[in-house]
Amino acid sequence: MTSGLLILAQESTVVPSEFGRMVVNGISLGAIYAILALGFVIIFKATQVLNFAHGALSAMGAFLIASFATIINVPGRWMEGSPVWLQWVLSVVFALVLAALIGMALERMFLRPMIGEALFAVAIVTLGIDIIVRTITNDFIGQTSRPMGDPFGLKTVGLGCANGGFIGEADLVELCTVRIPWTTVFQMILTIALVAGVAMFFRSRTGIAMRATAWDQEVARAQGISVGRIFATAWAIGAVMAAIGGLFISMFPRRPGGVDTFTAFFAFRAFPAIILGGLDSILGAIVGGFAIGFAESAASTYLTFGFLGTGFGGVVPYIVMLLVLLIRPYGLFGTEEIRRV
Amino acid sequence: MLAVENLEVVYNDVVLVLRGISIEVPDGKIVALLGANGAGKTTTLRAITGLLDIHEGDVTKGEIRLEGVDITDELPSKRVRRGISQVMEGRRVFAELTVDDNLRAGAYINRNASKVKASYDRVMTMFPRLAERKTATAGYLSGGEQQMLAIGRALMQDPKLLILDEPSLGLAPFLVQEVRDVIVDINSQGVSVLLIEQNANMALTIADHGYIMENGKMVMDGDPTKLLKDEDVKEFYLGYHTTGEQKSFRDVKHYKRRKRWLS
Repeated sequence: MTSGLLILAQESTVVPSEFGRMVVNGISLGAIYAILALGFVIIFKATQVLNFAHGALSAMGAFLIASFATIINVPGRWMEGSPVWLQWVLSVVFALVLAALIGMALERMFLRPMIGEALFAVAIVTLGIDIIVRTITNDFIGQTSRPMGDPFGLKTVGLGCANGGFIGEADLVELCTVRIPWTTVFQMILTIALVAGVAMFFRSRTGIAMRATAWDQEVARAQGISVGRIFATAWAIGAVMAAIGGLFISMFPRRPGGVDTFTAFFAFRAFPAIILGGLDSILGAIVGGFAIGFAESAASTYLTFGFLGTGFGGVVPYIVMLLVLLIRPYGLFGTEEIRRV
Repeated sequence: MLAVENLEVVYNDVVLVLRGISIEVPDGKIVALLGANGAGKTTTLRAITGLLDIHEGDVTKGEIRLEGVDITDELPSKRVRRGISQVMEGRRVFAELTVDDNLRAGAYINRNASKVKASYDRVMTMFPRLAERKTATAGYLSGGEQQMLAIGRALMQDPKLLILDEPSLGLAPFLVQEVRDVIVDINSQGVSVLLIEQNANMALTIADHGYIMENGKMVMDGDPTKLLKDEDVKEFYLGYHTTGEQKSFRDVKHYKRRKRWLS
């Protein structure tokens, strides 16, 4: 193989690629937005509720993961000697289970009594949940940033490194054309797995019942579907997705990572992705998430000249969303209202 | 099969809709329940299937029994599991789901895959039109196809008692005939049917017993052939003049005459 990269590597004149870094950042941001959008879409698809508490739930979930993984170190404190990554994964699983239970409890307390009420009223209730959950979570987090204790650390996969060859794990001082952090690789794998899982779920018995409930609760009940159980399931899954979104926010690219009082607000930046994709489409959540992630990453890398400054990347998602909505008011993949002519 | 006794239903704690009605659906029979708009037919259906609560309705008196078991206060999902299925008024298909997914949603209570498959095959042979359009979005089906889908969805629950609320609503006359034939077909497979209708002609020609409701009360019941011959039923439900000829709009005032059964 006579790739230019290899030759470069042998001659030790490796130049870090700005484009490569942009792509890696875009993937990372895209995964965050896609997972957050996915959780939001599930709750919307199942219950027709716009869940404004999603940001707060993601911060709460991230804090739960941080608690289990580093603060109280459960179950790691009882498993000395076992691999670090295993301890971490188990902590995450524990935290996700707890997040699911909290999601179900919130649904039971605040949303079950609202069944049958106007959707607008229910959306306002979720704003209230957002304030409650965010305040309590931030109180627990405090002023510091709580590390997630992820086992990946700063390790990266280098492409075209000075002495690591074309591909391989690179240490910090090595010069590489592109560096892909292990956290990004982890995010990608988890994102793909979750998307596939959710897509399959909506074809399952419970998933179809969920979509039926979203369309017409009364008819769903007439089919023997327990609407309450469907709502509880939707909120449990939504809370888990939010927690994973929170985990992603707290790992990368916000180095040094960790969950802090800003996490809940960061999650709100997924809204353009949700609306861009169409509120009720899984595919839309993924495409929207990655489109917005890449747009933001590209803008942060290239649109920094003159008056635009370095913060312009944060504005680009909203510009993209507005442009798409002008052409497709239901979002890219949103379901159009069914109208027989 | 089903026995409703002295049922009284109140909406919003004040509106008395059913004033003590009794219905009996014997095993394997078709029973027709007729009545004008607002008579309380749909309320009766909701009381039997347990959907009163979201309409702020309450059963204040009386009892509903299925095969001898009191089900008056049971959850709707439990009643479906006991074998009461319904086809709601106005079709109410899950418009955003495909035909197949509508049927699978109907089979929610059934976890046994081979049983679901059997019900599915039965529905598909009964409605070849649905088999042709099984991947179509239900909302884009024609009215007749949607009605077939709604009936098929109820059949996926493998019911012992099927309650249909105005299945002929908004359908062309030949489709009404088709729906009628389907009901007879379902009944011949051993399913008891409670048919709630405004189309008295269609309902009474297939029923084994007929009830007529007005203002939340049963005003008449009996053998369908007897009901079809009744002067009042002819005049108010079949639109015939007492002498047998069809009415003209000039005589519309005639409707103001007191019905005999109210005197």
